[in-house]
Formats: sequence, structure tokens, C-alpha cells
Amino acid sequence: MSQPSQATAFPIVRTFFAWFFALLIFFPLLWLGLTAFKTEGQAIASELFFKPTLDSFVEVQARSDYLHYAKNSLITSVVSTILGLLIAAPAAYSMAFFRTNKTRDILMWMLSTKMMPAVGALVPIYVMAQTIGMLDSLPALIIVFTLSNLPIMVWMLYSAFKEVPNDILEAVRLDGANVWDEFRHAILPLTMGGIASTGLLCLVLAWNEAFWSLNLTSAHAGTLAALIAQYSSPEGLFWAKLSAASLLAIAPIIVFGWFSQKQLVQGLTFGAVK
Amino acid sequence: MSFLQLKNIVKEFGPVRTIKGVDLQIDKGEFIVFVGPSGCGKSTLLRLIAGLETITSGSLHLDGREITNLPSSKRDLAMVFQSYALYPHMTVFDNMSFALKLAKVDPAVRKEKVERAAKILNLTQYLERTPKQLSGGQRQRVAIGRAIVRAPKVFLFDEPLSNLDAALRGQTRVEIANLHRSLGATTIYVTHDQIEAMTLADRVVVLRDGLIEQVGSPLELYDRPANQFVAQFIGTPQMNVVSATALPALTRIAGPRLPSDGSVGVRPEYVKVVGSGQGIPGTVELVEALGSDTLIHVKVASDVHLIARQSDRTSLKLGDAVGIEIDQNALLYFDNQGRALREMQQAA
Repeated sequence: MSQPSQATAFPIVRTFFAWFFALLIFFPLLWLGLTAFKTEGQAIASELFFKPTLDSFVEVQARSDYLHYAKNSLITSVVSTILGLLIAAPAAYSMAFFRTNKTRDILMWMLSTKMMPAVGALVPIYVMAQTIGMLDSLPALIIVFTLSNLPIMVWMLYSAFKEVPNDILEAVRLDGANVWDEFRHAILPLTMGGIASTGLLCLVLAWNEAFWSLNLTSAHAGTLAALIAQYSSPEGLFWAKLSAASLLAIAPIIVFGWFSQKQLVQGLTFGAVK
Repeated sequence: MSFLQLKNIVKEFGPVRTIKGVDLQIDKGEFIVFVGPSGCGKSTLLRLIAGLETITSGSLHLDGREITNLPSSKRDLAMVFQSYALYPHMTVFDNMSFALKLAKVDPAVRKEKVERAAKILNLTQYLERTPKQLSGGQRQRVAIGRAIVRAPKVFLFDEPLSNLDAALRGQTRVEIANLHRSLGATTIYVTHDQIEAMTLADRVVVLRDGLIEQVGSPLELYDRPANQFVAQFIGTPQMNVVSATALPALTRIAGPRLPSDGSVGVRPEYVKVVGSGQGIPGTVELVEALGSDTLIHVKVASDVHLIARQSDRTSLKLGDAVGIEIDQNALLYFDNQGRALREMQQAA
């Protein structure tokens, strides 16, 4: 961190860099948005000035049922998030409040599973899904999303729960609370922010997930990621339609993210500042 | 039969034995204070009674029922924590009525009980605030209120005043004493502050290294300490203790009752500073004028210092030559183990 005196000495420079990097990050999204409203010809020509058209959206909706994919995305992300919270919360609870000398190792081990590339597990999971007849089904995706997000969820909830002072839990117990009362009346209200952030983050991760939905699903259980992929097929690239499909796919999560950005940032920096 | 009974309570944390076998009987309505230096196990003992730690061996009985392994929630005890441990997301009213809510007490009864407690503690106008909006003293009162609303079998206090400033501490101490007098509830109070122990307790339990050193009324401990540790722990400034070989003049005053390997103790108020040439000669090392009292530190031998306390002010200065007079009747005798020698034992 720069010192306050330096920070106030170059406000213009600072503002310039902030805008520069923000625009740099935002540019692909902007280009995507522009391209979605072009014709295929304009898209390839990279024209900056053009007459916007909704043709690409109409064609995407006509060729593939957007709502079908959106529904699949919604179901898989919401159900996997709820399921994940239900499993992660008790796990994090026991690790945060009944620590043993192995707790830290277990947490590290859980996190280490995220260090393995997903493709390493592709063949076994594909074969398993195939064997029990769950290829191209929503439950298969939900299970995979839940499991792949669980380590992060446990870790985040663990950090949130650890912030609850032990005295308060002891006071609750002496007031006559059983484990459930303790969770409902003390831990839940005190860590609502952390739980919400965890849920939001996992919702976003599941919504944006592409690897498993592309590999485990096709027409029936495909999510919006699969919809986008349809437009980058070997028969040729359709920039405008690809952009239109992408915009449709990410629009809900952008709107959602905009409204929950405060919670998301709090969750991602949990325990970092205090 | 006593109300709360501790039978040979032992607590081990891994290989470390923190409480080494404590027996104690507490009667209904008694105000008991656990006191002792840091690490003596007084807080641990309180937490064992509260059920916040598991008892390694021994048993605990409350009101005729064994509660050794009962979870805290079922023991019907209320505790006031050093940190207050108020529920930050609840109003003062909800904090105080939480236990009643868990016990499914009728809301109208809850309201009445909370309002009555709030009135006693001067909290009525703060009931709708959250703990964050209260001062330290007010939070402390809410923590006490949360305990009295429930009318539990035993009140447990874990160093409740140590986060308050000196003035507020004195005031709250008086309030706690009044509260105990009006409610008559059985109370166990942990503190390292011996003034709190002396002023609040019916009986004081002095702990050291996980063992009880002595149990008795405050003045019993002051006048008839069981050993040198209690003698020096209770009372400010500390009791002067001099070994029999260190100061022959004092040993002569003590007479034949003092074993040659023992030591002799005298409270500072019985050490009289007189003019030089009388009594035991010494030089003034330090004068502490406290207003109501004056403490005079006198060096009487190369490594023997006595503290005298008098209510008169003094013009003595550092380095002045003085004499010390001590009455034999004010002396306490200790054997080589530090155990107090009573007159009875002497006669036998």
C-alpha cells in the first residue's frame, strides 16, 4: 500500500491508471456486447460504427431454445449451491468450533483437491456417469458442481464461523441452547454475511462452469455454457451469433453480480482485513 | 446437605493437571469468591462448574442431583463473562429474554421479568438498543441482567469487573453486593482482585496451583491465614514475613514459640515507626503517602525490609534513621513449610 501522502499527491495519475485497467478488463465484454448487435459481415469486418440489429438474437432463439438452457443453468447452480451449503455448514461448524490438531491438515487437503486440473478427473467421472446412466442429466451436473465447489464453501464458511467469539457460544449454551438453537440463534445471524457471500460465489461459479457441462451433457441437460459452445462449431465461426448467445448467457449473472457485489467482495476478502 | 458440592474434582488438559483434586461444599444463598494468582485454576474451576469444560475425575452435585456430565444447557446456571458475551445482533431486551425464550416461557411473563430486572439495573430506557450502542458499564449491567432474569440455581461470575475503569468497578461492586443481598441467590465469583474478594464474599476460597489453600470468611483469612501464601496474598500491602534467622531482634520479640527454621509474619498496620534509638534500628527507603494512609518502607537489615502502615502523615524522608516497634501479640508464626502455627498446636 502506498502512503497517504503519496496517494494524495498524484490523484490524476491514480485515477488514470484505475480507469485504464478497468477499461482494459472491461473491453472484451464491451466488444462482445457490440458484436452481438451486428450482422455477421459487420462482425468479421470489426466495424466500430454500425446500425444495431437484433437479427443474431432472433436466430439464436430460433435455432436453439435459450430458455431451455437458461432453466438448466438456473436449476444446476441454485440446487448445487443449496446442497453445498447444507453439507459445508456442518463441516465448517465442527472444524471451527471443535478443533483438533488435524483440522488444519483436513482443510489444506480439501483445498488441495482444487489444485488438480479438472480434466484429470474427466475420464473416471465420465465413466461413472455413463455406467449409472446419468450422462446428460441434471442430477449428474448438480452432483459434480456441488462437489467441486465444496472445498471453497467449507473454507469460506470456516473463516466466517471462526469470527464468532467463543464466549458468545458459551453464553448461548448456558442460556439453555442445544446445538440447533446455538446454530439458529447465534451462529446463523452472526455469520449471515459470510454465508450469503459463500452462497453467492458458488452460485456464480456454478453458473459460469463450462468444463463439466460441456463434457457431461448435450441437448437435454446442457447449460448456457453448452449453448454458447454450439456457435463455435467446426463448420465455421459465427461471431455475431456467438456474441449474442454469450451475452444472453452472461446477462443474468451480470445483473445478479451487480446487485450482490458488496456481499461478494466481503466474502472474497473474509478474514483478510480485520 | 449442601447445595453445591464439589467432590475431588480433577481437571487435566492433556498431560497438564490444572485442578488437582478440589473438595468444596457451598450452601444455598452463599456468596463464594474464588481468588488466587494468575494460573491458579480459579477460572477453570468455574468453567468446570458451568459445564464449559469436562471434568476429568471427581463429581459435582447441585441441589441433590449429580451434574458432573450434564451439558451446560441443562445445569440451570447463569454466567456473567469477563467479556460480557452479549449477543451483538439482539437488542438489550432480546439479550435478557433469550434464555426464557429458549425455555418457551410465555411472552407476557418474559416481558414482565425482563422489565423488572431492567428496573433493578437501571436499564429500562436502553431495552431497545443493541449492545454496540451501550457503554462498558451498561453492557456489564445487561450481562448481569441476562443472568438474573432467569433466576438460576447458581450465578457464576468470571472476573466481571476487570474490563471496567476503577471508579465504575467500585460502583458496580457495590451494586453486585446489593443485588446479592436482595436476591439471596447462590453465587460463585472469580476474581484476582482481593478487595472484591474481601468486600463481596461470605466465604473466600484461596486457590494456588490447582489446589485450595484455605476456605474461610474474609476476616478469618486476614486474621488467621492457614499458611504464608494466604497470609501474603490477602491484604494490601502484603504482610511482612521474615525468616527466624534474618533478623535476631525480631526473633527475640517472637520468643521461644518461633521454630529456629520457621518465619514470623506481621501486618503493616502493626509495624510502628518510632524515633531512632528505640526498637529495631532501620532506615527509611520509601514513603508512599496515600492520603488516608501512609506506607513507610524501612530497611532493617541488608536484605530485610519491613513495610509500616499508619494513618498519620509523616515528615520522614528517604534515608532517615528510625526505629521499629512490633507487638508480640500481632505476630503470626510459620513453620519451615510455610504452615501457620496456631497457639493450640503450640500448647500441645
